[in-house]
Amino acid sequence: MALADARTGSGEPPKVSLLYNPALRSIVYQVVTLVVIVAVVWYAWNNVVQNLARANMTAGFGFLNSRAGFDLAQSLIDYSSDSTYFRALQVGLINTLVVAAAGVITATIVGLLVGIGRLSHNWLIARLCTVYVEIFRNIPPLLVIFFWYLGVLALLPSIRSIFQHLEENPDAVFFISNRGIYMPAPVFGEGFGAVVIAFAIGIVAAIAFTVWANARQRATGLRPPVLWVNLGLIVLLPFLVFLVMGSPMTLDYAVPGSFNMRGGMVIGPEFLALYLALSLYTASFIAEIVRAGIRGVSKGQTEASYALGLRPGQATRLVVLPQALRIIIPPLTSQYLNLIKNSSLAVAVGYADLVAVGGTILNQSGKSIEIISIWMLIYVSISLITSLFMNWFNAKMALVER
Amino acid sequence: MAKKIVTALVGAAVLGLGATAAQADTLSDVKAKGFVQCGVNGSNLAGFGAQDSSGNWAGLDVDLCKAVAAAVFGDATKVKFTPLSAKDRFPALQSGEIDLLARNTTWSVSRDSQLGFDFRAVNYYDGQGFMVKKELGVKSALELSGASVCVQSGTTTELNLADYFRSNNMDFKPVVFEAQDEADAAYNAGRCDAYTTDASGLYSIRLKMANPDDHLVLPEIISKEPLGPAVRQNDSRWLDIVSWSHYAMVAAEEFGITTANVEEMKASANPDIKRFLGEEADSSIGADLGLPKDWAVQIIKAVGNYGESFERNVGEGSPLKIARGLNGLWTKGGLQYAPPVR
Repeated sequence: MALADARTGSGEPPKVSLLYNPALRSIVYQVVTLVVIVAVVWYAWNNVVQNLARANMTAGFGFLNSRAGFDLAQSLIDYSSDSTYFRALQVGLINTLVVAAAGVITATIVGLLVGIGRLSHNWLIARLCTVYVEIFRNIPPLLVIFFWYLGVLALLPSIRSIFQHLEENPDAVFFISNRGIYMPAPVFGEGFGAVVIAFAIGIVAAIAFTVWANARQRATGLRPPVLWVNLGLIVLLPFLVFLVMGSPMTLDYAVPGSFNMRGGMVIGPEFLALYLALSLYTASFIAEIVRAGIRGVSKGQTEASYALGLRPGQATRLVVLPQALRIIIPPLTSQYLNLIKNSSLAVAVGYADLVAVGGTILNQSGKSIEIISIWMLIYVSISLITSLFMNWFNAKMALVER
Repeated sequence: MAKKIVTALVGAAVLGLGATAAQADTLSDVKAKGFVQCGVNGSNLAGFGAQDSSGNWAGLDVDLCKAVAAAVFGDATKVKFTPLSAKDRFPALQSGEIDLLARNTTWSVSRDSQLGFDFRAVNYYDGQGFMVKKELGVKSALELSGASVCVQSGTTTELNLADYFRSNNMDFKPVVFEAQDEADAAYNAGRCDAYTTDASGLYSIRLKMANPDDHLVLPEIISKEPLGPAVRQNDSRWLDIVSWSHYAMVAAEEFGITTANVEEMKASANPDIKRFLGEEADSSIGADLGLPKDWAVQIIKAVGNYGESFERNVGEGSPLKIARGLNGLWTKGGLQYAPPVR
């Protein structure tokens, strides 16, 4: 007891000079930091307003309601040169999100396959994956974009040769040209809503069936045929409804117009170049993260699962990957954020993303500070939302401590 | 923590300096640093702003920059060039990174007012046109409905393009690039059917193509594009100097003064010429502009009169071979006209 008293100083705080009081010090430091931050922000803002006034320019976001006056090459929502700057920014944001989402999904799949491939016992596969990683990881993404745009997609057949091809083969419906990939576009007729509903019901039913199947497997040790039943629910059910409703969908084929194909659906080379470059570039990093994650799981885990009678595929899927995910997810988040931010390289090949559209607006309206603030705000928001989602996912995958 | 505070303070100080330095009056600024910082075309637009193989700048816009340097310092080499894309040019001028923007920039009311610039002189009267590959068999811009058109972003061209197709009830697919070089490459690769920019630019870009004769500049001119130097608003002394550097070149052509004969002309009996060249005893034109007495002489010695500069850069003496047309002197049916030097 005496020992304990000596250690805590008999319950009384030691008498030190105010200068060395840790509590006070920390408060003072924080107050000083806050004052400095406020002063810097105030100074910067004041500076902006004064300098703008001196240059006879006004600050504010009212300009977003003016007519844009320029056309955009890629737009998923209604847009014309009569739309507002605000609408143009929306188009840009959607285009950014589309390429980022497509890129993230593809990069994850390719990265996972290549990462596992590098650990393969097959010499050729392992070496090929290594070569892939080393090439794409060591080239700046901008060059990869140019490679796809000018080195691959620009060399595809010209639109004129497609016209010629069509004269000889009038039944062709799918074309690859240097103006993009043309394919028939689906046109949904009346009653297609029922198919969509059937599809949604199928998914819900499949999830319910899987839950039931898992419970049954735990109870009886027998595994119901989950794959086949789910396939039937998700694919066959909507297909049957589709037939019952009288096939309420037609195809709109791309036909030769005066200079370009008319109708149909087209994926432009600008999008393709950016999408391929971003996915393949980021996939090389994800592959390394996946490899590190798998390597990070102790070999004893694999051996123990073999000892329990699991096959190699099962051991990887049921034992190694779930543990590897805990190592993989945090750095994976950074790669996703990188991919989203790298999508701003779109400007190099003329894909109308947020930065390209914003840049045009900036130049037409002269509102540099406003546009740059909008850019920053949007990219920060996208990144934070991605981070939040990945943190949630990480927490879900983390080892549950009991 | 102390370290962080110091970093923050230094950061703030640097920010503050950077933002205020550009705001003094430009002439004093230029004199203090000893050179003119001139924003020019960064994509090698032959005839206007381009570098030769040894890195020397040449072109009509470059000559204007040199003329301003010659007027201020009596030395046309006291100029530094900032190559700029169409998109970067305005922030570069607004922020004070450059003193003067001579980058085939169209003078329009919104740029004059909303962007906070001042224009006055026009060193090239241009108009927007279209270029197509001859193999398309297109003879007029009105046949371009449905075409993919390559265009540079953030230009008046981009806006005129949309308006032209709309007013003629035609549709088109824009293929927009930020840098001209990329637009050139895309047009060359067949990504677009037509290329649109100012007609002078089209001639310049045509020369860059592997086989210029395969390309045709269509006859329609769809817009007015008066190209001229821009400066920041509310600096009329600097605006005067830049504008009169151009007018001096035009006036020299009107008077028949050239690089070769400028020394003889000093002895001319014509009082207008003597006054212009600063040879009258009490001539104060230079001083009133804030320039040396012989400012016009220095300009003519450095770059010649407007006609000489034109022929050398874009006219018969250049690969572009553009006719004087609208850019002839007013006495010869053109629009180039210098206010009286008096």
